[in-house]
Amino acid sequence: MLIKARINGIDVQVEKGTTILEAAGTVQLKIPTLCKHPDLHASAACGICIVRIRGSAKMLRACCTPLEEGMDIITHDPEIIAVRRTVLELILSKHPNDCLKCGRNNDCELQKLAADFGIRQESFKNFLSPLPPDDSTGTIVLEPQKCILCGRCVDVCQNMQNVWALSFLERGFGTRISPAGDIKLADSPCVRCGQCSNHCPTGAIVEKDDSGRVWEALQDPDKYCVVQIAPAVRVAVGEAFGYPVGTNLTRKLYSLLRRLGFKAVFDTNFAADVTIMEEGTEFVERFTKHKGPLPLITTCCPSWVDFMEKFHPDMMEYFSSCKSPQEILGVLAKTYYAEKKGIDPAKIFVVSIMPCTSKKYEIKRCEEMFASGCQDVDISLTTRELARMIKQAGIDFVNLPDEDPDHILGDYTGAGVIFGATGGVMEAALRTAYFVLNGKNLKKVDFEDLRGLNGVKEAEIQIDGKKIRVAIAHGLSNVEYVLNKVREAKKNNQELPYHFIEVMACAGGCVGGGGQPYGVTDELRKKRAEGLYKDDRDCPLRFSHENPYIKKLYEEYLGRPLGEKSEHLLHTHYKARPVYIK
Amino acid sequence: MGKKIILLADTERSEQEKLRDFYTSFANLIKDNGLEDSVSLVRAADIGIYAKGFAVKIFPQGTIYTGVKDGDIARIIEASVKADGVLNDLLFKEEPKQIRIVLRNCGVIDPESIDEYIACRGYGALKKILSGMTPAGVIEEMKKSGLRGRGGAGYPTWMKWKFTRESQADKKYVICNADEGDPGAYMDRSVLEGDPHSVIEGLIIAGYTIGAGMGYMYIRAEYPLAVERVKKAIEQAYECGLLGKNILGTDFSFDIDIRLGAGAFVCGEETALIASIEGRRGTPRPRPPYPSVSGLWGKPTAINNVETLANVSYIILEGGEKFASIGTEKSKGTKVFALTGKVKNSGLVEVPMGITLREIVFDIGGGMLTDKPIKAVQTGGPSGGVIPVDYLDTPVDYENLQKLGSIMGSGGMIVMDESDCIVDIAKFYLGFCVDESCGKCAPCRIGGYQMLNVLNGIVEGSGTVEDIDKLRRLAQAMQRASLCALGQTAANPVMSSLKYFETEYREHIVNRKCRSHKCRSLMTYSIIQDKCKRCRVCVINCPVNAIEGDREKGFFIDASKCIKCGKCFEVCKFQSIAKE
Repeated sequence: MLIKARINGIDVQVEKGTTILEAAGTVQLKIPTLCKHPDLHASAACGICIVRIRGSAKMLRACCTPLEEGMDIITHDPEIIAVRRTVLELILSKHPNDCLKCGRNNDCELQKLAADFGIRQESFKNFLSPLPPDDSTGTIVLEPQKCILCGRCVDVCQNMQNVWALSFLERGFGTRISPAGDIKLADSPCVRCGQCSNHCPTGAIVEKDDSGRVWEALQDPDKYCVVQIAPAVRVAVGEAFGYPVGTNLTRKLYSLLRRLGFKAVFDTNFAADVTIMEEGTEFVERFTKHKGPLPLITTCCPSWVDFMEKFHPDMMEYFSSCKSPQEILGVLAKTYYAEKKGIDPAKIFVVSIMPCTSKKYEIKRCEEMFASGCQDVDISLTTRELARMIKQAGIDFVNLPDEDPDHILGDYTGAGVIFGATGGVMEAALRTAYFVLNGKNLKKVDFEDLRGLNGVKEAEIQIDGKKIRVAIAHGLSNVEYVLNKVREAKKNNQELPYHFIEVMACAGGCVGGGGQPYGVTDELRKKRAEGLYKDDRDCPLRFSHENPYIKKLYEEYLGRPLGEKSEHLLHTHYKARPVYIK
Repeated sequence: MGKKIILLADTERSEQEKLRDFYTSFANLIKDNGLEDSVSLVRAADIGIYAKGFAVKIFPQGTIYTGVKDGDIARIIEASVKADGVLNDLLFKEEPKQIRIVLRNCGVIDPESIDEYIACRGYGALKKILSGMTPAGVIEEMKKSGLRGRGGAGYPTWMKWKFTRESQADKKYVICNADEGDPGAYMDRSVLEGDPHSVIEGLIIAGYTIGAGMGYMYIRAEYPLAVERVKKAIEQAYECGLLGKNILGTDFSFDIDIRLGAGAFVCGEETALIASIEGRRGTPRPRPPYPSVSGLWGKPTAINNVETLANVSYIILEGGEKFASIGTEKSKGTKVFALTGKVKNSGLVEVPMGITLREIVFDIGGGMLTDKPIKAVQTGGPSGGVIPVDYLDTPVDYENLQKLGSIMGSGGMIVMDESDCIVDIAKFYLGFCVDESCGKCAPCRIGGYQMLNVLNGIVEGSGTVEDIDKLRRLAQAMQRASLCALGQTAANPVMSSLKYFETEYREHIVNRKCRSHKCRSLMTYSIIQDKCKRCRVCVINCPVNAIEGDREKGFFIDASKCIKCGKCFEVCKFQSIAKE
């Protein structure tokens, strides 16, 4: 139902239920906000977006008040601006004044608002609480002192991710964010997805910056530095350099990374193709030969793995034992590549550029991450850290020439690149599974049903007369629905609801990862994903099993998927972990 | 001689321990007189008497004695228990200014006996609606009564019920908000402790009206006796078929459960209260949607305060029109206030809307406690404001109090005399709200703290004239941008006192003086040499050795050492210390 109202004297017509904030957007009015994030429910915490009905003294929060028929809204008048300013100054009075040393300097929503409102002095005494930072996870760093209590991280952690690591503690002026029970984040249920850091408007939660160690390694003559870039990085890093969202910068990244000093530039997409060979085979083995229970559940996402180990250990047997592409590339660099090149694996230093904070955790997740004999991936950086490194190096990224990756671990197919979007792993796996089951390639390569941002996507695919039922969940809060359906069917001895399940912890998959540039919305997620799907369409090869370097890898080194060598290097185990570490 | 019931109460409600002793003495004497079989002795929380000391009420005569000392017990037993005589010197004379609707049964019946409640027409209203009134009929009656919510905001009860009734849902809830938390207010507590069935009956009627099958009593855990009595009352109601399935043989079923509030003031705010019942952190959420559309567990929910519900059965039985005949044009019925402060008779009063503050303080409250003149009356608790003496003749109702910068609130009323410092009072209330802020929204969380910091500076002698503007600016932000009523009204005590007593603020700031001698930091102590007997008691007692001199030259207070603790003033037997 449409309703008619006025905002600043301009007629608006919007769907009933539209908030004043959204309605104002339709008539080119951007009401200032701070706590509101398009992904999340309006918490109404900050009080910046206040507006009023003409003639009324009362002020309403535009973020959460629905526009009503006939309303006559004023979005700014001297009092509204004065109140917003006071509220902003109040928030600043409990926030450190160390923007220059902050992880969000130049990219901070509070800083921007302070600049927009022309805050030039401290009107109120600064009351900073001495709250120590928490870097216990080694992935994200909590700096509660910088927290403005907008509540985004808590909403993300509890509702979007269903992890419940972060919560508000105490009340009134002493309110702060912390894991419940005031424990360290590493001892909490935190799965390191980093969505909190991605949604934080200030520097209160940031990724742990490991770029310093990369600079050191690049200078170290005893180290042979190689690098890999994850699928989702290439369509997001450009946002830090003014590119339109979703621009694919793969080949610029190759030349960039070479100029940063990496001796070999690889692509995680190649390892994604390997994953498909292993995981796809694993699926076919379980599906046709019953060599293991179904449904098979994907394990590329370390936050999902951690979440499962903590909250759903009963699902462990369904997990694919296949490692994530990051780890596969790391171990192959230190074994296959080292062997071929005659380099001492101990000297090879593998850096990965990931859209993800959790990948920093994955590189030491368990002893199988040391399958090469040393740590397979030495350092994992987020997209955000890479963007800063580019700027530090003073490289004119925008005008760089395009280059190609280094061979044997750099060439990829379209199936590998779509790993970065929700549904991509499933789609890539089905393309190869079809081939293995049917002996020929699909005619229609695109699985449209598996794409898009619905929290749970379910589909049935016909291969060789067999029905394969699949489910895709992204955003951890969507997992339970899928898993419960499996549990229900198992309990009642019914037919399985799914044969194959893909889970990604972050909404949208890795394009919406916790280590990606800030300001993510569904619109951005779609555009980034579209960048990947376009790359897929443009690839001459779109099936992992057709990648010539994959064929070569198996011929020369691994033998066959799920073979002895593969099992040793490319597979892992899981174990139930306590939700809280005492 | 028939059986006599004797109620004992402490009218000041401050000496529960002594009341126990008093009860023991009374019980012993009854035993000594061999009367234990013909007398039932009950300790009552409140019997609606606002005099000094212990009160004794003897049924069936209804004789009330106040200011009773242990020594009077024997006389009372002789005259009024063994016989039906009256002791005129102790006799309490009823105040005609009060009308008791909410407190009608408090102190009259045994709150733990459903039979006594029923004997006083209890559950008659429930019977009446179940034997013929439609929910719409109940709403119509409530509309006629003009009853408005007694929790503070004064929203018409019938509208709340109508909206909740009109919301479509498979389940609906009613909640009794018994999270009374204003400092010094205990209206709801008295009703819950003194007449729990009247609240339960009101809640059942609310449930019937809106179409709910489940009701919750949300009681603060710091009211253990109230919780116990409500629990007992609920059990009794179940036993009598007044709760549970098919109440009174009709197809109306209704259950009540108790939820305890863990001591957060903000949980009196309806959306925070709902969050608390749902097991979440007690913080408010933005409205709309209002609870009448989406409340507890997302279902339509009507939340009514204890006092509101206690009015309901009266309205149903007596009719809305009779209720509406009491009060002013827009505020009907009575209001219970917790009268306290510098007034002779402090306690609960139930008065018709429209009575003036002067009548409450001087006619019911018996005037000022000391010979110091009245300065102001604070109403509405931490969300309210101060009303200066010039406005004492204002009729009390929702609109008038709001016009004066205060609110009705839940019914706290504190009388202040010239010895009360207005800045200190404002600071006290603001401090309460700062402590009780849930911390969710920035204007309340930080604004309140900053404001308190400014007030602290003023009372400690470091205020500047800019502070007045700063207070106004902070108040504006809190009033306009806070999410819930706690933050929106937290600045009221400061703003209303600033409105009427700005001079006093300026005295603190500019002259560094507190005319009420309340603000310690602004005080100076000196020795009046003419009066000083040079006994050295002050010297010995001064904790920081700030008093120097000797018996020959005399003693002097070194202002740079003095911490203004007032010890010298206290210990001097010759009033030789000047406090300014």
